Amino acid sequence: MSKISEQDIRKLASLSKLKLSDEEVILYQKELSSIVSYIEQLSDTDVAGLAPTSQVTGLKNVTRADELIDYGVSPAELLKNAPATKENQFKVKRMIA
Amino acid sequence: MNWGSIKKIAQDVSSGKVTAEELVRRSFSIIDETKDYNAILSISRHRSLERAKDIDNKIKKGEKVGSLAGVPFIAKDNFLTFDTPTTASSHMLENFYAPYQSTAIGRLEAEGAIMVAKSNLDSFAHGSSTENSAFGPTLNPIDKTKVPGGSSGGSAASVALKIAPFALGTDTGGSIRLPASFCGVVGFKPTYGLVSRYGVVAMASSTDVIGPITSTVEDAALVLDVMSGKDQFDGTTIDRDTKTYDGKPTSLKGAKIGVVKEYFSSGIDKEVKKVILDNVEKIKAQGAEIIEVSIPSISLSLACYYVLVPAEVSSNLSRYDGQRYGLSDATAKNLDESFENSRAAGFEAENKRRIMIGTYVLSSGYYDAYYKKAQIVRTKLINEFEKVFKEVDFLVGPTAPMTAFAIGQNVHDQLQMYLADIMTVSANLVGIPSISIPAGMANNMPVGLQLMAPQKADRALLQIAATIEEGNQ
Repeated sequence: MSKISEQDIRKLASLSKLKLSDEEVILYQKELSSIVSYIEQLSDTDVAGLAPTSQVTGLKNVTRADELIDYGVSPAELLKNAPATKENQFKVKRMIA
Repeated sequence: MNWGSIKKIAQDVSSGKVTAEELVRRSFSIIDETKDYNAILSISRHRSLERAKDIDNKIKKGEKVGSLAGVPFIAKDNFLTFDTPTTASSHMLENFYAPYQSTAIGRLEAEGAIMVAKSNLDSFAHGSSTENSAFGPTLNPIDKTKVPGGSSGGSAASVALKIAPFALGTDTGGSIRLPASFCGVVGFKPTYGLVSRYGVVAMASSTDVIGPITSTVEDAALVLDVMSGKDQFDGTTIDRDTKTYDGKPTSLKGAKIGVVKEYFSSGIDKEVKKVILDNVEKIKAQGAEIIEVSIPSISLSLACYYVLVPAEVSSNLSRYDGQRYGLSDATAKNLDESFENSRAAGFEAENKRRIMIGTYVLSSGYYDAYYKKAQIVRTKLINEFEKVFKEVDFLVGPTAPMTAFAIGQNVHDQLQMYLADIMTVSANLVGIPSISIPAGMANNMPVGLQLMAPQKADRALLQIAATIEEGNQ
């Protein structure tokens, strides 16, 4: 009856960049199936003629002048928490083999 | 020992009756005495004392010190702060020191308030009990075997334990009001956008708000008054009221207060229901007109919430990739492995669940059926609230269908845990202000009375809450 399979969980984990153990896959398959059955109650709701809402206070395209704002933070401070840096930039592992 | 009102504390500090340093040290000593509740994750020992001494010196010299001079407070550990780590109760950010500070805290500091410590929460604010913290649960101050509610459980417990006169929380679906209800304190969720979210760890950007947890409604109003208003660093902020948020009692005579019948239908604890209905009777006796109203889509609000919020969570938490800050797996052989291993080690189970549900409802083939459908149901809910607010000025009901539950009781049943938020999520989806105030006791635990008002009626809501609070004394 569950709509979410173990294979679905593996795909979701991969899309979400989460490494899961086999035990986690089994557990999340069960848990996510029950959550998804719960949210399915939305499907029977009659919403004819209504538009979706993503912003509740009526703001639209809030813009500001294209000027430099001083956030009071230096690049060095922003890099302080990085696992690896080089020449004032974040250093990551090779992307292209 | 009671702190007394925030107004009085600031007056006493400003007049030299007590020093800011003494107050900060008093907070420190209560933190030590209440360690076993695990409400506090880190203490700002250095900066808070420095700031206290600075304020005391200014007072000696006769300089102006602000409306919250010397008032100690606790920040939920998802506020970016100087001097302490900002962990969001996660291994991901366990050793993260923020390079800048949140706007809300900056504004409080500008009025002389002093942040003394950071409080425990459900990891990344995902939860209703504070049991999802990577650093262990917080215990309920009234009964140590119970949860304090969540996700701002450490903040609510801190106020109940009198560690400080106020604490800051965040509320995405009830995370200020639910723990306030479970711990017997006041928790205020403002209109969406009234307080800047800049420098607060994002959960669901379309519903996240910041608000105070306090002992009284007046205290909550004074803290809100300092924090609220537009901020150039948060484009979703709105204009504040031109008048002070004072939380002063008014009169209930002639006020039209709606009782939402859906909140009393099924699933509510009998004793909780009784306490709330007793409160409604008292409100009526104080002169308010009580009108029964119906908001049918409230029954769908939790399902709507558990589509939209995980969707936004999956997007907001994609930034934790182990490359720029936060936990980073050193053993990974390539970039993809580094992402996957860092996130696997840095997130708690509930974080992973929500990220995957969010990814699911946003994936092609399901987007229309879940995400878009939930956004439309949100519109339906907003319309129903708007209609009801044409009839009544405020809404009243329970904050939660139950009192604080036992630690461990719901950890293996997510849906049961999610149900704790069933009465609070609507205010977030609709963007309206809502407050939980102590209503009495049921099952030997505190019960919260929830009040709601239309968007931007925060000032009136605080005043009506203060009036009801006064009537309960």
